[in-house]
Amino acid sequence: MSDYNFAYLDEQTKRMIRRAILKGLAIPGYQVPFASREMPMPYGWGTGGVQVSAAIMTPQDVFKVIDQGADDTTNAVSIRRFFERTAGVSTTETTTEATVIQTRHRIPEQALTEDQILVYQVPIPEPLRFLEPSEVETRKMHALEDYGLMHVKLYEDISAHGAIATAYAYPVKVEDRYVMDPSPIPKFDNPKLSMPAIQLFGAGREQRIYALPPYTQVVSLDFEDYPFEATKANHSCGLCGSTDSYLDELIVDDAGGRMFMCSDTDFCSARRAKGHTGTSGAPFQEEAV
Amino acid sequence: MYVAVKGGEKAIDAAHSWLAEERRGPLDVAELSIEQIKGQLKLAVNRVIAEGSLYDPDLAALAIKQARGDMIEAIFLIRAYRTTLPRFGGSEPLNTEDMACDRRVSATFKDAPGGQVLGPTFDYTHRLLDFKLAAEGEATHTPQSEGDANTKPHIMSFLDREGLIQPEPGGAECPPDLTREPLELPTNRPLRLQSLTRADEGFILGMAYSTQRGYARNHAFVAELRIGSCPVEMDIPELGFSIEIGEVELTECETVNQFQGSKTEPPQFTRGYGLVFGMSERKAISMALVDRALRWEELGEDNVGAPAQNEEFVLYHADNIQATGFLEHIKLPHYVDFQSELELIRKLRREATSCHRQQEAAE
Repeated sequence: MSDYNFAYLDEQTKRMIRRAILKGLAIPGYQVPFASREMPMPYGWGTGGVQVSAAIMTPQDVFKVIDQGADDTTNAVSIRRFFERTAGVSTTETTTEATVIQTRHRIPEQALTEDQILVYQVPIPEPLRFLEPSEVETRKMHALEDYGLMHVKLYEDISAHGAIATAYAYPVKVEDRYVMDPSPIPKFDNPKLSMPAIQLFGAGREQRIYALPPYTQVVSLDFEDYPFEATKANHSCGLCGSTDSYLDELIVDDAGGRMFMCSDTDFCSARRAKGHTGTSGAPFQEEAV
Repeated sequence: MYVAVKGGEKAIDAAHSWLAEERRGPLDVAELSIEQIKGQLKLAVNRVIAEGSLYDPDLAALAIKQARGDMIEAIFLIRAYRTTLPRFGGSEPLNTEDMACDRRVSATFKDAPGGQVLGPTFDYTHRLLDFKLAAEGEATHTPQSEGDANTKPHIMSFLDREGLIQPEPGGAECPPDLTREPLELPTNRPLRLQSLTRADEGFILGMAYSTQRGYARNHAFVAELRIGSCPVEMDIPELGFSIEIGEVELTECETVNQFQGSKTEPPQFTRGYGLVFGMSERKAISMALVDRALRWEELGEDNVGAPAQNEEFVLYHADNIQATGFLEHIKLPHYVDFQSELELIRKLRREATSCHRQQEAAE
């Protein structure tokens, strides 16, 4: 596609996005407004992540895209193809080989390194949005570090349900300053948010970018007597037998029979390649092309 | 044994080729040409131009064809194309008084210099299906009067002379650009108007209608509605003067609204303004009403809490490309989030049930 610039966006737009990213890295957890562009895929389908990836991508990068942890979900396929076409970068499904990983709703099971960047697609960047619909008000609340409303919400959860009733997009506090939405990752992934890799969050429709530099302190909100708890289905992966990875639940027959399998497809197939098998006993096979 | 399906790529390719086939329709029927769409579905083309924010009838017609007539999809195609275009500079402000009007009506004066010109309007047609059109189209000929070359002064200028209408403060030299800067609140009027003119027609219509029904009522008279072509001039630095680079068809609506005043300030009418690419009366009138409602603070009115007075509500939800994208994204996979909710609700139910049992045992 010679009609478009490398990685689709023009260089001026990339510079504008990079400036927002740098500002985000300088103020971890702060939502930086940026002039989000219309992309050739719809808002709400990862345009923020795509713009961030496009702005940081170099021709040498190896790019991986996951959606719900999987490389082969349709929208992950679509975004990977977009960069194959517009940037000609090489792509991979192997987490350890990738230099840039764009993700929707998961952090890979494999720990990331300082040489990698994790780009999140973010639908609603504002952690306070469902407590206060007005952007004018929530920006004020962040500026004043006024997070009382959030604590009241968590407290009300406990009084109503006996537990904090948030399972994904579980709010975190960054470096003791900003309350941040980690995007709709399951709270199982929250402890991984302090990591060696750079984490960039792009919300295209809402025109916000925020970031976590390597090794940033990220604490999931909780109370002393109701400490945060990362949870997953209490099963093992039916394919690879893993007991400590996040699992998807599948309905496998008309009687409503269930099976659990790793949501991280690369993690699962790597384990099966090493000979691990789960209760469903599926031996590893090379994909027939 | 269940094996997770790996077939995303193939499924996408197959879906897209089916889509192409559906778009073309039956092969024994002639394919639509861009010229046909441009010439015979002009109002559809106009809407794509206005909400796509790109004045290019050919590309708009192409987008309608590619989108199989789905207007928001067509607008999206244009927006995604537009954002890649380089920006050479800004034009001189358009002078709509110089508009070559195809239509010009005033609801406030029976006659005014320049006269009332109905133009090609649906108004006063009886909405009866014309079955002759289904059989075969017939070329109609409209008798033409001599071209009306006289400029038509704005009706507002007559009220202005008497000081009956609230004066508009001059704007900044260069208005902000919604497509190059993130929308930050509070906004100003140029930015609001920019947002409204590319906003979804249906949304703006609904908002405007709500003001008429009493949610921030500001009874509006259409002082003037004009449709026609305006020359666009641009200053070329190499030349040192401005030249005409083309012309655009516009619909402009100015409303006269209820007056303001106090013991010391004599009362004056206020105004709302709508300007839209192409022939788009419904949108232009709607825009003027919403513009007027959003001006409550500047005009010293009360905020009665009406949706149309809330700029954050109106501007954040008026863009159909943003809205449709986010709305439709919920059909994407959400296995992971849903799984975490499943686990949570099972856990909460277990705890609630065991708590209930313990209570029963204790009783």
